[in-house]
Amino acid sequence: MSFYNSQAVLIVAAILFVLGLIGVLTRKNIIFILISIEVMLNAAGLAFVAAGSRWGQPDGQVMFLFILAMAASEVSVGLALVMQTYHQHKTLDAEKLRALRD
Amino acid sequence: MPLLFYTSSVIAILATIMVITRYHPIHALLYLVVSFLAVAMIFLSLGAPFVAVLEVILYAGAIIVLLIFVVMMLNLGTDTATQEKQWLQPKVWIGPSLLALVLLSEMVILLMQGDNADMQVTPVEIKQVSISLYKEYIIALELAGFLLMAGIVGAAHIGKHKKKHLHRFLQEENLDAENKKMKQVEETVNN
Repeated sequence: MSFYNSQAVLIVAAILFVLGLIGVLTRKNIIFILISIEVMLNAAGLAFVAAGSRWGQPDGQVMFLFILAMAASEVSVGLALVMQTYHQHKTLDAEKLRALRD
Repeated sequence: MPLLFYTSSVIAILATIMVITRYHPIHALLYLVVSFLAVAMIFLSLGAPFVAVLEVILYAGAIIVLLIFVVMMLNLGTDTATQEKQWLQPKVWIGPSLLALVLLSEMVILLMQGDNADMQVTPVEIKQVSISLYKEYIIALELAGFLLMAGIVGAAHIGKHKKKHLHRFLQEENLDAENKKMKQVEETVNN
């Protein structure tokens, strides 16, 4: 049993989330954008687990499990889309992908 | 222990900064592994051992491996790194990062204004988590199963290597163009 400052955990989660957001906003490569989205989801999960641990309830960890399932399916579909765009356009530049059909 | 928490959160933040600033995709992924391991350490110090184990196995294991496989299949090497270096000029990243940092400072100020409750961490047992998962959240669990199924089917469908199907008019145009080319070739041969 130990004591924490409850604000410190939330501030760490907020910093991680904003770092992921900066990655999404500034990167042009689709793979880096996917990586940054993973960082953001992880930070949201950290906030959930911290809140669950603050009140001693299991709900935060349950929500983390759902976030994990969502992140797994999101990254698999996203990587399939990345492969497909690379085969059709031969580039990973997000700014080059402007046409809805080929 | 608070010391454990603070050191691992500093490591997590530094590793994440390295993730979003690297040029080479593999280097970014390796720093991402470090970041996930540090976050797993934070979970462990917050009294959530089950979630920490899942973080290591699923995030640092499965998702990273998936990303590394795609990077290897697309053969992203030093060319990509030089391209990234060209793309990531200061004038590109300074504006969004400054605005995001302003938002972050606002959020930190808001968080600091609340009453500073010292948090007493008691580990939440795995048994409690699983009972709650299969009792109160059973519908959400089934929906997560649907989501995973749809993700698998969608990934398999999108990732299939398709032949390019042209519309029939376009196909005829192409055939005409090919016929013209053939005729030209025949004419040149005859001449």
